[in-house]
Amino acid sequence: MSLRKPPLSDVHDARGASFTGFGGWEMPVEFDSIQDEHRAVREEAGIFDVSHMGEIEVSGPDAEQLMQKLTTNDVTALDAGDSQYAMITDEDGVILDDTVVYRLPEAEDAEFLFVPNAGHDEEMEARWTDHRDEWGLDAEVSNVTHDYAMFAVQGPDAVALVGDATAETVRDLSKFEAKYASVAGVRCWVARTGYTGEDGFELLMPAADAETVWSALDCQPCGLGARDTLRMEMGFLLSGQDFDPDENPRTPYEARVGFTVKLDTEFVGRDALERVKEEGVEEKFVGIKLVDRGIARHGYDVTDADGEVIGEVTSGTMSPTLNEPIALGYVPTEYADADTNVGVVVRGQSKKAKIANTPFIGEN
Amino acid sequence: MSFDVPDDRKYLESHEWVAVTDGTAKLGITDFAQDELGDVVFVELPGEGDDLTAGEEFGVVESIKAVSDLYSPVSGTVVGVNDALADQPELVNEDPFGDGWMVELELDDEGELDDLLSADEYGDQIA
Repeated sequence: MSLRKPPLSDVHDARGASFTGFGGWEMPVEFDSIQDEHRAVREEAGIFDVSHMGEIEVSGPDAEQLMQKLTTNDVTALDAGDSQYAMITDEDGVILDDTVVYRLPEAEDAEFLFVPNAGHDEEMEARWTDHRDEWGLDAEVSNVTHDYAMFAVQGPDAVALVGDATAETVRDLSKFEAKYASVAGVRCWVARTGYTGEDGFELLMPAADAETVWSALDCQPCGLGARDTLRMEMGFLLSGQDFDPDENPRTPYEARVGFTVKLDTEFVGRDALERVKEEGVEEKFVGIKLVDRGIARHGYDVTDADGEVIGEVTSGTMSPTLNEPIALGYVPTEYADADTNVGVVVRGQSKKAKIANTPFIGEN
Repeated sequence: MSFDVPDDRKYLESHEWVAVTDGTAKLGITDFAQDELGDVVFVELPGEGDDLTAGEEFGVVESIKAVSDLYSPVSGTVVGVNDALADQPELVNEDPFGDGWMVELELDDEGELDDLLSADEYGDQIA
């Protein structure tokens, strides 16, 4: 199977990007240097091509009911132009993917748009259509991933940058609000969302107009490398790595995204999650800081202070902001408090580490 | 993109270099290797007195995105380690053939150098 390419693949190549395979897509991983790109987002602004994210539209009389039953959050709380973070769980309450659900303005053809992670669009399209048929609901589900490009503009200067580039004001959008606004004559869906911990926007536009929009938003181009270090500093989950239904099945409570679960709504996995909430979780997603020199990576063992294996690192890197090694992973609840002494096994050697609060950096 | 390949030293296919002066050899990684890795953030090196064997691992270099083993082009005893890399691993990116050197060896057998790639041969490999 060949890798899917974002619409601006050639533009990024000409700009000198290096590429990596991710979720079935060949995406820019680095334009200049991960550290420089990371710093630009923390201090100024950076633009990411995140066209590998999926887009699925849901419309029809039963669209709301279908969305409600397949996501953990409460979509009835969404007004037009609102969005929410939600989990997609199976019958056991295990996270299949995480997503952002948007309710579109009334004049649009579709009522909802949701954004599954790279490589999950076809799986979610099938999940939505299968359940629709099983439940006899009247809703249309269309996977429009290839019709759209998606960019994220993030950083302290992002609001001014996107604000100046849009014909209609977007500065008035609150966090998780979205509206249509045009950039260089291209109609974009502009949302005050992101995955970096910085203020900014994510923009969706027709794939054919992607280059016009990209060129109009002139700031540091950033690859998936910086996107990863930025989200790790915030302790944000990465689908397929910090949870995965096959490799690392986790409930939202273990992954510390219980705030997305609304047990007073009906959805697949609700009853299982109600039990998990009552009984409490055995393991929790935590931040880890290495005290000894070394970098913890995905798959490395976490031990107690005596060297007994108690958990696993799911993500790790050198934090460009702190210049310290940081990691995320799961440990038993009794070890999950900040400052608990643990260890991480790096190439056979046990390195001293401590449980840390996330975000690792102060929220800007 | 073109990379520096100084012709005053020898190379290994796995992108390490060795430069010999007066029986001691300095080891490091090439300009091509540092560019492939991206921002180097951690280097794990042997200690003085450790013995290295040609073709075998002697350390690890980590960038933000990758972990890569270091292979020794030659056999010998470590007589010097670039301690500056502990606090400034970015020297590997900034000056891979100079201040970004990694260890210094007393060579067991200078004849091993004949088995390594010349600058021209290595340059062809990365072209």
